[in-house]
Amino acid sequence: MLEVKNIKTYYGNIQALKGVDIQISEGEIITLIGANGAGKTTTLMSISGIVPPRSGEVLFLGQPISDLQPNEIVSLGICQVPEGRRIFPYLTVSENLDMGAFLRTDSAEVKKDQEYIFELFPILAERRNQAGGTLSGGEQQMLAVGRALMARPRLLLLDEPSLGLAPLVVKQIFEIIKKINTENKTTIFLVEQNANLALKVAHRGYVMENGRITLSDTSANLMVNEDVKKAYLGIS
Amino acid sequence: MEYFIELFLGGLTRGSIYALIALGYTMVYGIIQLINFAHGEIYMIGAFTALIVAGILSMLGWNPVAILIIASVIAVVYSASYGWTIEKLAYKPLRQAPRLSALISAIGMSMFLQYYVLLAQTSNFLPFPSLIPDFKFMEPIEHIVRSSEIVIYITTAIVMVFLTFLIKFTRIGKAMRATAQDRDMAMLVGIDVNKVISFTFIIGSATAAIGGVLVASHTGQINYYIGFIAGIKAFVAAVLGGIGSMPGAVLGSLVLGMSESFFTGYISSDYEDVFAFLFLVFTLIFRPSGILGRSDTDKV
Repeated sequence: MLEVKNIKTYYGNIQALKGVDIQISEGEIITLIGANGAGKTTTLMSISGIVPPRSGEVLFLGQPISDLQPNEIVSLGICQVPEGRRIFPYLTVSENLDMGAFLRTDSAEVKKDQEYIFELFPILAERRNQAGGTLSGGEQQMLAVGRALMARPRLLLLDEPSLGLAPLVVKQIFEIIKKINTENKTTIFLVEQNANLALKVAHRGYVMENGRITLSDTSANLMVNEDVKKAYLGIS
Repeated sequence: MEYFIELFLGGLTRGSIYALIALGYTMVYGIIQLINFAHGEIYMIGAFTALIVAGILSMLGWNPVAILIIASVIAVVYSASYGWTIEKLAYKPLRQAPRLSALISAIGMSMFLQYYVLLAQTSNFLPFPSLIPDFKFMEPIEHIVRSSEIVIYITTAIVMVFLTFLIKFTRIGKAMRATAQDRDMAMLVGIDVNKVISFTFIIGSATAAIGGVLVASHTGQINYYIGFIAGIKAFVAAVLGGIGSMPGAVLGSLVLGMSESFFTGYISSDYEDVFAFLFLVFTLIFRPSGILGRSDTDKV
């Protein structure tokens, strides 16, 4: 479904990605793990077109997308829940969800989807007329996931959904991620620092170091890999 | 008491005009955090366009109200296209550059437009036909408020209601609010941010042009420099109200217009501009984010 071929991305003169290759098939949950500054967020931003790669190619369903504008990439069905949630702070919860459906024109279906999001996250229904900026971190993460789902994505990019959240909330979010994958057949690309958690839900994983993919395998194999254990799982 | 009412209405006139210009400043700032110093020039160009159109049409012997409407429409369209072009030429290439570069580009654009009009026209004040007719019913109170002022109040009110509706309820309005709050995230939900920015410049410029035509036919004379003074005053008003906030821009404009009017009426008219800028200085010292401004500009 998504093929990332040898992309190199720069911030000014600083090279953040030094040739990254990733393949994602339809229906999979793929995770990308790595330390701070490894280039995980940059990989997602390159896929979404916010920081386009300087060389290399990104193919979505066989079509090159690295030259498209971010809004065109969204219209193809690639949605991102960025790091730090990025809720529109002065829009209400309900307006934030509406923004997720910005490109959709089927307003009756959009309304239904909003009700579906409220079923997934009942706390959001309670807060629907509250400004997004007044929500707690966990609620904002739920809203961010809900907002991305409102676009009915084919491929959902998630950037560190566990960051800074209480363990219980993290558990809830990961359950929803699994549910979206099995029920809606949404393909998921999950970037995480919390390798333990990520490898538990993902089918396959990539390990990133210094802007390069150093390892890729099934989650089961990665979990028993000695290097991964030592560096990311805290087991020696 | 009558003098007080006269000053109050005078202040309302000034405030309305400042508001029409300040809205453009504040919308553009809200979206791309740029003080568009060329905005005052758009207002001036609106007035000149109306002058040229009115000149031609009155030679053809049209009736003043028809001239007013046609001249305003052409001025609005022409100024809006200027606003759109300025953004494309002077600001878009600098979007990734440090903010100071875009600011300097804006000042350059402002001077370019001023001197271009100076060369194309003259430095003299040109008479502007009074296109707004004197209403009959105004006779008993004519010495307090003029017909043209009434037209200014009504037009400003209509523009504000229209803009509020646009921002609150339309699709593009929602896109504008989202872009103002988090531009990258707006792109990630599929908003074409370039289109939103262009649209903002077009709306801001159109609003300023309306102000230009109204003022010109109220005061009866224009020159190439009117945009600079009005632009700076409107900028003060926008900062006073809290830059980036639309209700703030209107409130700031009314406060500035009223205080200027009362100051000149009761104290001294020589120090009018001094007073306006003194107001700016005190605002910045005691309430840097303005009357309705949000102090939490940092994104979560």
